[in-house]
Amino acid sequence: MRKRFLSALLVFSMAAAALAGCGSEDKDKGSSDSTSKGASSENNSSGTVSDGGKVLNIYCWNEEFKSRVTDYFPGYKKKDATSGTIGDVTVKWNITPNENNAYQDNLDAALQKQESASADEKVDVFLVEADYALKYVNSEFAAPLADLGVNDSDLSEQYQYTKDVVTDSNGVLKGTSWQAAPGVLFYNREAAKEVLGSDDPAKVQEYVKDWETFGETAETMKKAGYKIMSTANDSYRVYSNNVSSKWVEDGKINIDDNIMKWVDDSKKLVDAKYTGAYDMWSDDWKKGFYPEGKVFCYFGPAWLVNFSMAADTEGSIGNKGGWGATEGPQGFYWGGTWICAAAGSDNSGLIKDIMLQLTANADIMKAISEGTDDFVNNQPVMEEMAESKYSSKILGGQNPLGIYCNGVKDLSLSNVTGYDLGCTEEFQHAMKNYFEGNATKEEALDQFYKAVVEKYPDLTY
Amino acid sequence: MNKKNAKAVRYNKWGYIFLMPFILVYMVFQFVPMVTTIYNSFFENYKAGLTQVGPNFVGLGNYQKLFESGDLWIYAKNTLVIWVMCFIPQIFLSLLLGAWFSDVQLKLKGSRFFKTVIYLPNLIMASAFAMLFFTLFSDGGPINSLLMQIGFIDTPYKFLSNTGSARGIIAFLNCLMWFGNTTILLMAGMMGIDTSLFEAAEVDGATSGQIFFKITLPLLRPILVYVLVTSLLGGLQLFDVPQILTNGTGDPVRSTMTMIMYLNRHLFSKNYGMAGALSVVLFIITAILSLVVFKVTGNDKRKG
Repeated sequence: MRKRFLSALLVFSMAAAALAGCGSEDKDKGSSDSTSKGASSENNSSGTVSDGGKVLNIYCWNEEFKSRVTDYFPGYKKKDATSGTIGDVTVKWNITPNENNAYQDNLDAALQKQESASADEKVDVFLVEADYALKYVNSEFAAPLADLGVNDSDLSEQYQYTKDVVTDSNGVLKGTSWQAAPGVLFYNREAAKEVLGSDDPAKVQEYVKDWETFGETAETMKKAGYKIMSTANDSYRVYSNNVSSKWVEDGKINIDDNIMKWVDDSKKLVDAKYTGAYDMWSDDWKKGFYPEGKVFCYFGPAWLVNFSMAADTEGSIGNKGGWGATEGPQGFYWGGTWICAAAGSDNSGLIKDIMLQLTANADIMKAISEGTDDFVNNQPVMEEMAESKYSSKILGGQNPLGIYCNGVKDLSLSNVTGYDLGCTEEFQHAMKNYFEGNATKEEALDQFYKAVVEKYPDLTY
Repeated sequence: MNKKNAKAVRYNKWGYIFLMPFILVYMVFQFVPMVTTIYNSFFENYKAGLTQVGPNFVGLGNYQKLFESGDLWIYAKNTLVIWVMCFIPQIFLSLLLGAWFSDVQLKLKGSRFFKTVIYLPNLIMASAFAMLFFTLFSDGGPINSLLMQIGFIDTPYKFLSNTGSARGIIAFLNCLMWFGNTTILLMAGMMGIDTSLFEAAEVDGATSGQIFFKITLPLLRPILVYVLVTSLLGGLQLFDVPQILTNGTGDPVRSTMTMIMYLNRHLFSKNYGMAGALSVVLFIITAILSLVVFKVTGNDKRKG
C-alpha cells in the first residue's frame, strides 16, 4: 500500500512539475512588487492613476507614435526595437497591427487584467483611433486627463474636434493628440500635367470640385491610361465622414444614405473600369504610389502622404516630390491617433509629461510638422506655418497647410460610434463583391449585416 | 493462491502507471475542453466592446440561432466541395507515385531524393504558403502579368474574386501540401504487400494495369480507408489556407468560408456561446461522417 502511494505520488509530482512551469514566474514577480510598492497598486480600481512606476507600457498599432517619441520627446533613449528609457523609467512598446480588430482584442485583454497585473505589467498608455476611440473613452479603462494633472488650459491651442473625439458622454476629456487629420485629395502632378494640362492645385481643383465632375475627369483619365483612384475604397472616407446618421442607432445597424451614395457612385466607377475594387493597404492598392501604377489621386490626410505612401522608397512619386494637394469634392478626416492614459497606471507624471510635450508644446509641435510634414494639433502654429515659407518636399514644394487649415474648421465628429472600425471594414469587404459583380447589392448588404453581427453580437439588423 | 494474485495485481499496476501520462494529457487537453465546450454552448456569453454579456443560460437558443440562418449548411457545403476538389487529384497522384516508387522493377533513380522533395511542401507553414499564393495570384501579381505577357489574357484575371478559381487555388494548395504525406502512407501500404503475389501474377501474364487494379488496390484497402478518413477529418477542419488567402472574409460572397473560419469569426467577439454551439455541431457532423465512411468502406464482410 505504501509503495502504491509512493508511486502515485511520484507520477503526480512528475505531472505537476510538467504543468506548473508556466504559472510560477508571475506569482513571484507579483509578490515582490507588492512588497516594494504595494501602496501604489492597492486602490487603482477607482480609475485614478499614481506615480513612481519603473516601467511604462505603451500599446499601439504601428511605429508612428514610437518614432514621434524617439525623435521629439526630450530625454528618450532608444534601447532596442521594442524598448527605450526615459530617465530611469523603462519604456516598453507593445505593437499589434490594427487589422481585423487584432489591436483592440489584444488591448482589451490587457486592460481587463489591469487590476490583477503587477505594477510593471500594467498598461500605462494606449493609443486609439477615431474609429473606436469612443469604445475606450466611454469605459472606465481610460483615465480622465484631469487625474494626470493635464488641464483644459494646457490644451487650449488644440483643434476642438480632436478633443470632441475623446470626450466621454459625461463631458470628461480622456485623451489628447499631437495631430489633426483633415483629409485632402493628393494628385499625381505628372498625370495632372499630362492629362489636365496643369498641376496647379487651383486648376486641378476645378476638375474634382464635386462628384459629378470627378466622374467626368475619371473618363478623361481612363482615355489617357490612368485610373482616377487606386480603388473605390479610396473615396469611402470622404462619403462616410459626411453622413447624417450613425452606423449604429439604438442597437440596430444603420446604413446612412450618403454611404449608399458611395456604393452607387463607386459601382459606376468600377463598372466603367475607372478604378479597381482592391482592399485598402493591399499590394494592388499600393501600386499607385509609383509612376508605373498610373493612378491619378488618393484621398487622405497629411499622415497618409507622409507616412504611408512609400515616400522613403527610391522611385516612388512621393520620393520625387510628385504629389500635389487640393481640397477635392468634399471635406473629410481620416484617422488620427489619440494618446490615452490607462486607469491604474503608475506613471502619471511621465504620461503627463509626454502628453504635454508632444501635444501642447508649440516648439516641439512645430518641429514635428517641419520634420515629418504632419499636420499638428496646434491652431496658432499651423496658421502661422500656413503663411510661412514652409514647403513639403513630397508635395513638390507646395505648402498644403492652408488647405488643411480650411478643411479642419468644418470637421464634425458627431456621428462616430465605437463600432465604426468593424462596420467600415466589413462594409468595404462586402461591397467589393458587389463592385466586382459577384453579388447583387442586396446579397452584399446581407453579407455585411451578417459579418457585423458576428463581430458585434449585441447588434441587430 | 493469494500470493499469485498479489503478483498479478502488481504487474497490472505498471500498466496503469504507464497509461497515466496519456490519460492525464487527454483529460486536460481533450476531455475537459470538450465537456466545457458543450456546457458553454447553452449560454449567452460574449463581449460587447469592453462589457461582458452573460453568461446567461439560454438553453438551445444558440443552436436555434445557428440553424435559423441556414448559413451553416452553406459553409459545410463549401468545406466539402473544397475537400473533394483537393482529395480526388491528390489520391490519383499519390497512388501513381506510390505505385512507381514501390515498384522495384522500374529501377527508378534518385527515388529517395524525390520522396523527400514531394514531402517538403508539408514542412512549410500553411499560412506562409497561403501568403505566397495570395501574392502570386493577386490582380497585379506575377501569374497575371505572365499570362498577359504570353498573350493568354488581355486584362488581369481576378483569381481570388471568382468562386471557381478561389476554391481551386485553395484545393490546389492543400493538395500540394498533403500529397507527399499521402504518397508515403500509400507506399508503405504497397510495400507491405507480399511480392510473391506480384511475381505470380506476372508469371500468369498479367499486365501492370491488371496487377495494379486486381492486386495492389484490393490489398491496399485498409490503408486507403485510413487515408480517406484522416483526409476527410483534416478537410473538415480546413482553416488556415482560406483564412489567409481571403483575409478571413471567405470572399467571393463567402463561397470559400469554411466551417472553422465561421467558428473563428464568432471567437473574434469572444462569443463563446455561439462558438460552442457551432463546435458541438461540427463534432456531431465529424462523428457521423467518420462512421459512414467506416461502415461503407471499412467493414469488409467478404473476409469474415
